[in-house]
Amino acid sequence: MVDTESRAEPQARHPATGRKRPEPAKPAGGITLRHRLRRDRTLILMTLPAIVLLLVFAYVPLAGNVVAFQEYDPYIADNAFQAILQSPWVGLDQFRQMMDDRLFWAALRNTLAIFLIQLTLFFPVPVLLALFINSFVRPRVRAVAQAILYLPHFFSWVLVVTVFQQMFGGAGLISQTLRDHGHDGIDLMTDPGLFKFLITFEMIWKDAGWGVIVFLAALASVSPDLYEASAMDGANRWRRIWHITLPALRPVVALLLVLQVGNALTVGFEQILLQRTAVGPGASEVLDTYVWNVGITNGGFSYAAAVGIVKGIVGLLLVLAANKVAHLMGEQGVYRK
Amino acid sequence: MVVVTSLSSVETITGTGGLVVIPRDITFVAYQELLGGGQVTRATLVSLGVTVVGTLFSMTVSVMCAYGLSRSGSVLHRPFLIVLLATMFFGAGLIPTYLVVQGLGLTDSYLSLILPSALNVFNILVLRAFFMSTAQELIESARIDGAGDFRILWQIVMPLSRAVIAVITLFYAVGYWSAWFNASIYLSDPDMLPLQNIMNQLVLKQERPVGLAQAINTGGLSPLAVQMAVMVLALLPVAVLSPFVQKHFKKGMLTGAVKG
Repeated sequence: MVDTESRAEPQARHPATGRKRPEPAKPAGGITLRHRLRRDRTLILMTLPAIVLLLVFAYVPLAGNVVAFQEYDPYIADNAFQAILQSPWVGLDQFRQMMDDRLFWAALRNTLAIFLIQLTLFFPVPVLLALFINSFVRPRVRAVAQAILYLPHFFSWVLVVTVFQQMFGGAGLISQTLRDHGHDGIDLMTDPGLFKFLITFEMIWKDAGWGVIVFLAALASVSPDLYEASAMDGANRWRRIWHITLPALRPVVALLLVLQVGNALTVGFEQILLQRTAVGPGASEVLDTYVWNVGITNGGFSYAAAVGIVKGIVGLLLVLAANKVAHLMGEQGVYRK
Repeated sequence: MVVVTSLSSVETITGTGGLVVIPRDITFVAYQELLGGGQVTRATLVSLGVTVVGTLFSMTVSVMCAYGLSRSGSVLHRPFLIVLLATMFFGAGLIPTYLVVQGLGLTDSYLSLILPSALNVFNILVLRAFFMSTAQELIESARIDGAGDFRILWQIVMPLSRAVIAVITLFYAVGYWSAWFNASIYLSDPDMLPLQNIMNQLVLKQERPVGLAQAINTGGLSPLAVQMAVMVLALLPVAVLSPFVQKHFKKGMLTGAVKG
């Protein structure tokens, strides 16, 4: 193909630019942009579909956030794009409205509460599981254990919630067994007080096993010599975990903590949406479901978009802050200093 | 236990008062009714279709993009990469995305289940990292032999990256198979809904499947067995496929994180 030829093409064959010595620092600099575009046209062509998809479904919607500064009226025009162009501008009205919106603050409170519960109950589970597998489970059993742990990650939320319903719901197995033995049945699925713990438990069941992969990989990179040497020096199993295994996990834990904090305002959207009716919005409404409810269900597009923007900005600030803290503690975080 | 209940007859299920743990009789009547045409059959076919077409589309676009960006000397490769990476730091939000899908006229079309969620940038970065680690000498020598980029990708790079391609294909396929939210907001015709949405209606909202209500009411079919059978349908493809790819998961999860 032409490619190889033009890549090796000596720069002398390109038209002189008029300067005396147009000697470039890099060899590629001598080829004009037009030539490079021609040379790489297949590569560009291959990348384009993805770029177009991202522009249309990520960047255009980003610009579409302007509806938060409007009073968007879907019926003003036939098409959503034209409706955006024709809707009246209201400045920061939507954001002002948010300040006095009790439901918004309640959703924010629920979101943060769920985040904190998940941070304390969910986050340590994969670390502990990885430690356990790495230190106590024999390699032969390990593959089977991992297969069982990973599988629920691939179940849909609908299925997971369904399974929980069949186990812990009013007509579920637990209730059924209790009734068979002469007790009252219990229904853990419709108790608003337990809801935040219920969804955390569901999340642990579904994804804690999957989270193990990252930690196991970090542990696999620890040299076995370290363990042997410390065993020779008389360190028992627990001391080896404390002094070798745990320090090896530190950077990964720090990285995942930063990511987790950055996602603090995004807690289990699909999962909560599926169970919202069972416990009512009082206990379950989080920012994401609030946006869905106000915008999609009730047509308050502009206000919902404004809530979405606030959520996005706070999320970004949280990542930056968490990363800063990670740097201060001597860890690398998401990006380097 | 779910499987057992789905295979049990009405008598056994009423006898135990709910889920059946120990099978007493095996009957496939729940599956026969569900797959003999009607709502669940249609939903299963919809889910299969969206999953197959969507996964093929996602993989084609992702693999091409990843290869296009894997030759680091190429022009425009930096700006393209920035376009990709930036999307990992912001989410446009539900409302504007909904408005764009609506504005493009994709609502009430199966395209709305595929296009908006077709790409996962992280997956593309994993593929790219893998392609970059493919021996460059092989690629150069193929180029000298006159192979074009499409041919190099198809005949050299892809066969060498089978493991990671299997993992990413599974990720995309599971994503399409499990999805229900887009269908719930973009599709208004209940006949178009995929299996997950139907399962949600049947089990969590305790609705009776359209067309089967009669069989249930006359006592020929236990509603619980139907629910369990739907769960088995939703579970089966995932449970069958993922163990085959399991040993490669680590590659798929970590390659991108390290080099991306």
